[in-house]
Amino acid sequence: EYSPFSGIEKGAVLQEARVFNDPQLDSRRCSQVITKLLYLLNQGDSFTKTEATEVFFSVTKLFQARDIGLRRMVYLIIKELSPSADEVIIVTSSLMKDMNSKTDVYRANAIRVLCRITDGTLLTQIERYLKQAIVDKNPVVASAALVSGIHLLQTNPEIVKRWSNEVQEAVQSRAALVQFHALALLQQIRQNDRLAVSKLVTSLTKGSVRSPLAQCLLIRYTSQVIRESSMNGQGDRPFYDYLEGCLRHKSEMVIFEAARAITELSGVTSRELTPAITVLQLFLSSSKPVLRFAAVRTLNKVAMTHPMAVTTCNIDMESLISDQNRSIATLAITTLLKTGNESGVDRLMKQITNFMSDIADEFKIVVVDAIRSLCLKFPLKFRTLMGFLSNILREEGGFEYKKAIVDSIVTIIREIPDAKESGLLHLCEFIEDCEFTYLSTQILHFLGIEGPKTSDPSKYIRYIYNRVILENATVRASAVSTLAKFGAMVDSLKPRIFVLLRRCLYDNDDEVRDRATLYLNTIGGDGSVVETDKDVKEFLFGSLDLPLANLETSLKNYEPSEEPFDIRSVSREVKSQPFAEKKAAAKKPTGLGAPPAGPASAVDTYDKLLLSIPEFSTFGQLFKSSAPVELTEAETEYAVNVVKHIFDKHVVFQYNCTNTIPEQLLEDVTIVVDASEAEEFEEVATKPLKSLPYDTPGQTYVAFEKPEGVPAVGKFTNVLRFIVKEVDPSTGEAEEDGVEDEYQLEEFEVVPADYMLKVGVSNFRNAWESLGPDFERVDEYGLGPRESLKEAVSTVIDLLGMQPCEGTEVVAANSRSHTCLLSGVYIGNVKVLVRLSFGVDSAKEVAMKLAVRSEDEAVSDAIHELVAN
Amino acid sequence: MESCPSVKNILLLDSEGNRVAVKYYSDDWPTNSAKEAFEKAVFTKTQKTNARTEAEIAMFENNIVIYKFAQDLHFFVTGGDDENELIISTVLQGFFDAVGLLLRGNVDKKEALENLDLILLCLDEIVDGGIILETDANVIAGKVASHSVDSGAPLSEQCMMLRFEVKQAQFPDFKLNSAARERTF
Repeated sequence: EYSPFSGIEKGAVLQEARVFNDPQLDSRRCSQVITKLLYLLNQGDSFTKTEATEVFFSVTKLFQARDIGLRRMVYLIIKELSPSADEVIIVTSSLMKDMNSKTDVYRANAIRVLCRITDGTLLTQIERYLKQAIVDKNPVVASAALVSGIHLLQTNPEIVKRWSNEVQEAVQSRAALVQFHALALLQQIRQNDRLAVSKLVTSLTKGSVRSPLAQCLLIRYTSQVIRESSMNGQGDRPFYDYLEGCLRHKSEMVIFEAARAITELSGVTSRELTPAITVLQLFLSSSKPVLRFAAVRTLNKVAMTHPMAVTTCNIDMESLISDQNRSIATLAITTLLKTGNESGVDRLMKQITNFMSDIADEFKIVVVDAIRSLCLKFPLKFRTLMGFLSNILREEGGFEYKKAIVDSIVTIIREIPDAKESGLLHLCEFIEDCEFTYLSTQILHFLGIEGPKTSDPSKYIRYIYNRVILENATVRASAVSTLAKFGAMVDSLKPRIFVLLRRCLYDNDDEVRDRATLYLNTIGGDGSVVETDKDVKEFLFGSLDLPLANLETSLKNYEPSEEPFDIRSVSREVKSQPFAEKKAAAKKPTGLGAPPAGPASAVDTYDKLLLSIPEFSTFGQLFKSSAPVELTEAETEYAVNVVKHIFDKHVVFQYNCTNTIPEQLLEDVTIVVDASEAEEFEEVATKPLKSLPYDTPGQTYVAFEKPEGVPAVGKFTNVLRFIVKEVDPSTGEAEEDGVEDEYQLEEFEVVPADYMLKVGVSNFRNAWESLGPDFERVDEYGLGPRESLKEAVSTVIDLLGMQPCEGTEVVAANSRSHTCLLSGVYIGNVKVLVRLSFGVDSAKEVAMKLAVRSEDEAVSDAIHELVAN
Repeated sequence: MESCPSVKNILLLDSEGNRVAVKYYSDDWPTNSAKEAFEKAVFTKTQKTNARTEAEIAMFENNIVIYKFAQDLHFFVTGGDDENELIISTVLQGFFDAVGLLLRGNVDKKEALENLDLILLCLDEIVDGGIILETDANVIAGKVASHSVDSGAPLSEQCMMLRFEVKQAQFPDFKLNSAARERTF
C-alpha cells in the first residue's frame, strides 16, 4: 500500500529540517518538511527537548518567507512544539508584526498562536492589539481574539476581565460566529455576577441572535438564570416563553437544546413539558440516527421523573426496539420499562427476550437495572420478572452482566418478601454452575443471612455443601461460614451441620480448616440441639461496623509490642467519597456486600498532623474532623477556611490560610477568636503561623477546652492578625520592615452535628432490629412550609450530621412522602440509628416523624432535642 | 450546564483503525497510549456499523462519539456526555464535508495522506482548544485552500479555487480569503 510517509524516520526528517536554514528558501520543500514533522507528532512520536528546541529555532527563520501556505504551516508547528518561555521571546516580534499585518489571515492566526504560547507578562504588551482585534470588522480576526480570550481567562483572568467593553460590543456583531464567541466570553467574564448575567439574558432573548450555536448558548444561560431565580420565590417562571419559542426555531440544534432545557427545569409541570415532548417525539422518527438518539436519551431521562408525560411516545418507542443502532434500541427499551403500566409488563418482557440475545453486555446491564426498578414498582409482577432474570442468568455472559443480574435478584428478595423463596432457589441453582468466585462467595454470604429465616432452611444445605466438595478454596471457606450460620441460627439443624463441618476439618486449605475449627468450637452444644449463645452469634456473625480502610490503616500503623492492638482505637469516621463514586452509588442501590469503603484520607492525616503538634498531643483520640468551613468570600485577598477537630475534652480549630497577593508576605499569622457567645469553651492554646508567602497555604491553630463528653455548642468570631511585608515581584525578596494589620473573617459555629460521626451500616433493618426498642424515642414534628420535600430531607440530614443509608437520601421528584434512614455514632461512642418519615401536603407544609434508637436513653433524647430546637 | 459547547477530540482513522490525523482538546487522555486505547476502543466498536449515508452515534466512557465513514476513512468527533448531540454532529458534518471539498471528492486514505497539510489546517480551522471556530464546510475549506495556493500551485488546485469563488456570494467570510489570495498571486 502506497503512503507518502511510508518508511518515514524521525532522525532523517530532523536532518531534512536543515533546509529551513538555507539562504534561498524553497517554500514548497519547507512546507513538506513541516508536514512530515507534524505527521510524526501526530502519530505519537515525541521530540526530545534539544530536538524540539532545534526545530523551533530553525522554524523561526521561515518568517522571512512571504508564502501564505508556508506561514500557516509555521503557525501550526509552533503551536505543536509549545515552546518554553525563553524561546517564545524569539518569535514574539515576528508574530506581533503579523498581528498588525494587512493580511487578515496572518492577523487571525498570529493572534491564536501568540495567545497560545504567551505568558502573563507578554500579554500586557499585546493587550492593546487584542482589544482592537475583538472589535475588528473582519469576523475571522474578531473570533480569533475572542476565542483566545476564552482560553486566557483561565490563566490571566484579571487581564481578560478588562476587555468587557469590547466584548460587549462584539456581542452585537452581525457575524454569526463572532456573536457566539463573544457571548461565550462575556458570560465567563461575568459568571460570578448573577445580576449581570440576568441582564444579558433579558436583553438578548428579546433581540435577534443569529447563529444557532449562539442561540444554544443563550438557552443554556437562560436555564441558569431560571434556576437561580426560582430559588427565591414562586410565581410564573421567567423566560419560559423564550424557551418555548426556540422549539419553533429552524435549526434542529436549537430546537433540541430548548427541548432539553425545558425537560431539565426544576419542578417542571406537565403543561410546560408537553411542547418539548412533542418536538422530541417528532425526532424519534427522524431518518438521522443522531437525532433519534438525542431524543430517546432525553425522553429516557424525563421518564425517570415524569413517566406519564412520556407515555404519548410509547408507540414510536416500540418501533425503535428494532433500531439498527443498539444504543437507541436499549434506551427505547429502558424508557418503555419506566413508562409501561402493570398490564403491559408481560407483552414487553416478550419483546425484550428476543432483543437480549443480540446486544452487548453493557446494554444488557442497563436493561437489567431497568427491570429491577420495574419489579419494585409493580411487586405483583415479580413472578414474570424474576423468571426473566433467572433465564438470562443461565445464559452466557460476562462478570459485570452476571453481577448486575444477581444484584437485582438480591434487591428484589429484600424488597418483596413473597419473592424470597423462589429468588433464593434461583441463586442456589446459579452457584451450582458459576465460574465467578466473587459472585459465589457473595451469594453464599447472602444465603447465610436469608436462608435460616425461610420456612424450610434445610433445602439449601445441599447446594451449600456441594460447594465444599466442588469449588476452589475461597468458595469452600465461604461455604463453611454459611453452613455454620445455618447451624447457629436453626437449632434443629445443628447436629447435621456438625457432621458436615467435621468433614471440613480435613480440607487441604488452611483457611477452610481454620474456619471449620472455629465454628465447631464456638457454636456450642457439641452437635446437640441447643441454642447458640447470643454473644457468640454477635462475635461470629455480627457486622464489623468499622470502615475497612480505617482498620487497614490502623493495623499498618500498629507496632508489635506488649500492648495488644485495640480495635476501639480505629477511627469510625466514614471518609468522604470522591464525587464520581457517590454518583454511582446513588444511581443504583447496592445489592450485595457492604457499603463501599472510602479511600484512606483526611481524617488519618489530620490525626497524625495534630498529634505531631506538642500543644495538642495530650488531647487523646481525635473523635471527628469537620469538613472545611469557608470564612472568606471567593476571590478576596486572603482565603481562610476552618476545620473543627473534636476531642473528648477539647476542640481544636485549624485555620487554613492562603495569601493571594503576590506582592505580600505575611508573618506571625494568628487568629484572634472571640468566644463570648460560646460560654462552655475556654481557650487553652494557640499555634501561630510564622510566615505565609504568596499562594502557599499554611495553618494556624487555636485550641479550646470544653466539658468532657458534652456536646457543647457556640458561636465564634474571628479576626486574622498578621504582620505584612511588601515583596518586590521581580526579585521575590521581602522588605525588612512590616506593618501590623488585621483582616475580619466571618464567624462560624460549633453545632451538635459536629459531635456526630457519619458511620454507615450495611443492612439498616438488621441493625435497627438488633438495637432493640428499649431506648426508642418517637415523636412528630411540623417543619412548616418548605420549598420542597427534597430540601426538607437534606436540611434534616445536615442538621443531624448522620450518614444516610441504602441511598435513602435521594428523594424522588414530586413524591408526597419519603422515608430516610440514617446512622451515626454520637460522642461517647454511642451508636445511633434514625428513621425519618416525611410527608408533604398541597400547601408544601412538611410533617416529619422521627424515630431514634440508640444504645443510650440520654442520647436518644438528645437527638430529639436537636430537632426540636 | 452553563458552559460553552465543547469538543474533546476529532479523529480521522483509516479502515484498520490507524491514525491519519487526530487532535485532542481535553485532558481526559493524558498520554499517547491512553489516546491510542481510546481510538482502538472507538474503532472496534463502530467498525461494523453502517455510517456511510448518515452519521451514527455511540457512547464511550461517558462521552458521546459521532462518526461517519467514507471509503477507507473513518471520521469521529467526541464530546462530553451532557453535550448537545446535534452540536457535535454539526462539527462532524463540517469536518467531513470540508475534507470532501479539499480532496475534491476523492475521499480516501491515500489522498488524505498526500494532502495531510490540508487536513491538519482543516482541523485547525474547525476547533481551537475545544471551542468551535467554524462549522460551515465551505467556509472551512475556503480558509484552508486560500492558504495553500501560491503561484507555483498546480493548475488543478487553482481550478478548485474557482469552484470556491462561486460560493463567494453565499458566504461573506469568503471575501476576505479571496482578498488575501490576490495578494499572493
